[in-house]
Amino acid sequence: MTVTQPGPAKPPRTKNDPDGEFKAGLLELIPFLRAFARSLCGNPDIADDLAQETLVKAWQSRSTFAPGTNLKAWLFTILRNQFYSDRRRAWRQAPWDQDAAERIPGASEEQAWAAELSDTARALSSLSDEQREALILVGAGGFSYEAAAQICNCAVGTVKSRVARARKTLISILEGSEPLAAAGNDTTDPTVDIMAQLDRLAPGAATASKGKLKKSASE
Amino acid sequence: MSNEQKGDREKNRVIRVRQRAIGRELRRMYDNVVKEPVPDDFLNLLQKIDDHEETTADEPEER
Repeated sequence: MTVTQPGPAKPPRTKNDPDGEFKAGLLELIPFLRAFARSLCGNPDIADDLAQETLVKAWQSRSTFAPGTNLKAWLFTILRNQFYSDRRRAWRQAPWDQDAAERIPGASEEQAWAAELSDTARALSSLSDEQREALILVGAGGFSYEAAAQICNCAVGTVKSRVARARKTLISILEGSEPLAAAGNDTTDPTVDIMAQLDRLAPGAATASKGKLKKSASE
Repeated sequence: MSNEQKGDREKNRVIRVRQRAIGRELRRMYDNVVKEPVPDDFLNLLQKIDDHEETTADEPEER
C-alpha cells in the first residue's frame, strides 16, 4: 500500500473559504478517525472503509456543523452512527482472522497488528459495543465523560457506568486467561510469564499453535 | 492488621496495577493507529470531493 505523510492535499486557503477550512479540519483529524474506527471494528480494512464513509458524510453535512465547536466530537458522532447503521460488528463476527491475514500478500501492517494484538486487544472483543466505545473514547481517546456522552448520545452517568463495567470485565477476562502479560511486574516467575507471552504473541509460535491461539481468543 | 485485611489490600493493589496496565495498553493501541501515515486513499478521497464540487458548480443549470 502506498502511503503519504499527513499533509494538506491543497495549499491552505484563507478564512473567507469556510469549505477549505472545514476540509483542513477533516484532514487533520483523519488519523483519529482511523484509530476510533479500528477500535470499533477490529479489522483494519473495514475500519478504513468506515472512516472514509465518515469523511464523505461529514462533507455532505458540513452545513450542519457549527464552526468553533468540537469538530472531533462531531466527526466521531458521525462515525459511530455509521458504524451502528452499517452493523459492522467485525469484532464479534471474527475476533481475528489469522488465516486471512497470512493470505494477503504484503499485508505488513495487518500482520504487525496481528503480532501486536495483545491480550487486552483480544479481550476488547468480548465487551458489548456500548462498553467498548465508552472505554475507548474515555480511556484512549482522551475525551471527557461529557464529550463521550455527547458522542454516544446518552447520559454522562451512563458513560461512567459503562466505562467502569468495561474495565471490570476486561480485568476478569484477563485474570481468567493465564498470567496477565501487561502486568508482568506482579508475576513471581518471570520465565513462566515470558514463555506465556511468546506462546501467545510471537508470529511463529502463533502459526505453530494456531488452533490453541484461536481457542484462547474466542474464550 | 489481620491477614484478611492484608489480603484485601493486596487484592486492591493488584486490581489497580492491572487497571493501569489495561489503560496503558488501550492508549498504546489507539496511538499506534494515530501515528500511522494516512493512506493515499484518504487524501485522494478528499481531493475527489473537491473536484466533484467544482465540476457540479461549473455545470450550467438545466432549464
